[in-house]
Amino acid sequence: MTVLSVANLDVTFDTAEGPVEAVRDLRFRLGARETLGIVGESGSGKSQSVLAIMGLLAENGRVEGSVRLDDEEILNRPPAELNRIRGRRIAMVFQDPMTSLNPHVTVGRQLARVLMEHRGRSYRDALKEVEQMLDAVRLPAAHRRLSSYPHEFSGGMRQRVMIAGALLCRPEVLIADEPTTALDVTVQASILALLRELRDAFGTALILITHDLGVVAGNCDYVIVMQDGERREEGTTEQIFAHPRDPYTRKLLAAVPRLDERTPLRPRLATGDAPALLEVRDLTVRFPLPRQKRLARREYFRAVEEADLTLSPGETLGIVGESGCGKSSLARALLQLLPGSTGRVALLGRSLDGLGRREMRATRRDLQLVFQDPLGSLDPRMSIERIVAEPLTVHERGLTRAARRDRVVAMLERVGLGPETLSRYPHELSGGQCQRAGIARALITAPRLVICDEAVSALDVSVQAGILDLLLSLQQDMGLSMLFIAHDLAVVRRVSHRVMVMYLGRVVERNLAGEIYSRPRHPYTRALLDAVPVPDPAVEKARQAPAAARDLPVPWDPPTGCHYRTRCPWAVARCEAEPPALDAFGSGEVACHRAGELDLEFRGRTVSGRADR
Amino acid sequence: MSALAGTGVGYGLARHAMSALARNRAAVVAAGLLGLIVVLVIVGPWLSPHSYYETDFDRILQPPTVEGGHLFGTDDLGRDLLVRTLTGGRISLLVGLVATAVSLVIGVAWGAVAGYLGGRADHVMMRIVDILYAMPFMFFVILLMVVFGRNILLIFVAIGAVNWLDMARIVRGQTLSLRQQEFVEAAEATGVSTPSILRRHIVPNLLGVVVVYATLTIPQVVLVESFLSFLGLGVQEPMASWGSLVQQGSRVMETAPWMLVFPGVFLALTLLCFNFLGDGLRDALDPRDRPR
Repeated sequence: MTVLSVANLDVTFDTAEGPVEAVRDLRFRLGARETLGIVGESGSGKSQSVLAIMGLLAENGRVEGSVRLDDEEILNRPPAELNRIRGRRIAMVFQDPMTSLNPHVTVGRQLARVLMEHRGRSYRDALKEVEQMLDAVRLPAAHRRLSSYPHEFSGGMRQRVMIAGALLCRPEVLIADEPTTALDVTVQASILALLRELRDAFGTALILITHDLGVVAGNCDYVIVMQDGERREEGTTEQIFAHPRDPYTRKLLAAVPRLDERTPLRPRLATGDAPALLEVRDLTVRFPLPRQKRLARREYFRAVEEADLTLSPGETLGIVGESGCGKSSLARALLQLLPGSTGRVALLGRSLDGLGRREMRATRRDLQLVFQDPLGSLDPRMSIERIVAEPLTVHERGLTRAARRDRVVAMLERVGLGPETLSRYPHELSGGQCQRAGIARALITAPRLVICDEAVSALDVSVQAGILDLLLSLQQDMGLSMLFIAHDLAVVRRVSHRVMVMYLGRVVERNLAGEIYSRPRHPYTRALLDAVPVPDPAVEKARQAPAAARDLPVPWDPPTGCHYRTRCPWAVARCEAEPPALDAFGSGEVACHRAGELDLEFRGRTVSGRADR
Repeated sequence: MSALAGTGVGYGLARHAMSALARNRAAVVAAGLLGLIVVLVIVGPWLSPHSYYETDFDRILQPPTVEGGHLFGTDDLGRDLLVRTLTGGRISLLVGLVATAVSLVIGVAWGAVAGYLGGRADHVMMRIVDILYAMPFMFFVILLMVVFGRNILLIFVAIGAVNWLDMARIVRGQTLSLRQQEFVEAAEATGVSTPSILRRHIVPNLLGVVVVYATLTIPQVVLVESFLSFLGLGVQEPMASWGSLVQQGSRVMETAPWMLVFPGVFLALTLLCFNFLGDGLRDALDPRDRPR
């Protein structure tokens, strides 16, 4: 039975440059307990189409066509009528769980208001229903959580709360717009499992909007691929993945970095006797926590605990872990950008700790950083030329204007940007172009070490691949060493010689890339590998739902002993008592008491009866 | 996005801003009117046959006429109101611009440094602002007058010295959030020195807020000056400012409404123009804003 049917949906925005068509001729039918996936890169119109269905378009947007909910036309209805449909019969979950909840109202009250509004419940009854729903979304200790404020929840918890809120009125249709994009892979897996389960339990029709083909593979019955507002291809999930007809779909599928791809891993770098480029010993980063009482002793949150690492010239070390595990703090401490860090950092045998301000500033030409947010890391009021030239104005003051410009043009060309970009401003470039400009800025002084902090996470997959190729070729040409920080294991796999896994401030495993992806030694590494969605419906459908929600503990109050023990299925009494040390094991190191006895071999998740792809 | 972007490319920030401003009709009209007022105020008194202090007891409280020679009429001492309004405009605009400039320079520098350095420096600097806030403004002005004698310069100093406090607070708040931006971190990571970061990254990104606040400050300062004049602490007779003229006019509102209307219209018009211009400038200074 069709719950929602959309036909000839066109969305147009009136702008100063004339009308811009955001969505053209979208059509689909969706039944109860079915999931439709709408896939596309940024600017494909996937979000605008559901906003149009909900009647939530921006003011300059116009929508034509037909949207029928249970055979009743709901498009372009007056706001008062729409308000009775929205939230009650069609509900929506947004990407950012941080900003979708009101920070000043307790979660219980916020959700109860939905029921009071739409169902006319009393506050007391509403609260009771809210509690049941929070239980249903597997929020631990739901009863106590009613009086909590949103900031007391982790990102995954907040997304659960959002889903609970959306489902309170038992809507016929639930629209989830990139519901897991802001979350860690491990959390993503459990949120997706939850959505599937609730869809079946409540008989809801689900629309899942995402850029991630891995997410689509495991969760959708029917898929629409969109590009520039048009449907490029549609079909059942099996059809789309097994026999993509449209070239764009094929390109999209090919661009997804996968754990099970056949491309060879980067082997151990033959370094010979070359001295290490970077040596880090006992690096600890502490942030002061607010005092509980006025004169109480100050407590510290250890973002990084006694991390060691060595990096050879020309080598790439991947650093992975969930958010809050100290990856970024480690990078910034290395660059001496964080006050409150202790330990030894040496670049080419020269210690950085004792350096004065002036000397440190001079050393920075060898140490550069590429950021996550392509747009946010470029000053919006500077032209690309000034942005890329900035390191030169610091480190090569003698350059004439013309010489500096030549250097900038050459560098831009090297990263694939033409000279016409010189006078552009960051907002006039696409995300990928901005990131290229950011890379040009980092490399214009020919540094020895570049730290990429989630450098491709904010980009579309097709753009991601290009940026990764660029980084790899620049590394070849310039003999760069790289620290590649990312939460996406598949991305790290493509670029790293060695990989280091961090959990709550500690290094838990470090090994050659070839080893770590096939024979993880630490349960956490294995869990990370397991959680990565694979763009293959057969594999994804066979995935067992994670038993219970195991979110990351709050980083400022880690468990005693082994930090990972609260989420580890193999934890024993000893794990609680003493923290494991990072000991040599095989070709790498691992910090687990049971490393010797566990067999965590990872062959890529495949379905029985199918050979390894 | 890049398809829409072809409009304002290819120049420095200043030229970019000017071309964006030129497309904003309200701002252009406001700027034109302001220019006209400034020219009138500067040139007008020289061209007039009357002077602002000349009394004519035969023509007391004459309504505005063309043939009588007094376009705006005369006041209760028979002085020509047109000349007085224009002369008053010189004082008011001068006070407005100079005092605002003073508060702008001190406030932006102070706020940006405090916000960027943060920590203890920020604490000390902002407590100084708080202490100055706590000083009663009138007491401060009277004190200055007593010590240094009455002087128009002192009005600039007094008003500027008080107004930069607000500016510093606003700028500090903005700087705090700017400091978190990745592009500032990028500059730090590449070794740009603190003064250069402030000059190159922080201050230009503050411009929008600062410009709007400055254009709101000018009218405020003009009003404060007229209040001081009313208390006998500002400009003194026979010198005039728009504020003092409005105040005189308000006393004879029933019998000689023109004495209130003409300076009042000039004052209101100027303040409105500054507001429109400020809004336009804010939009123009942001390269992210595409013309609508």
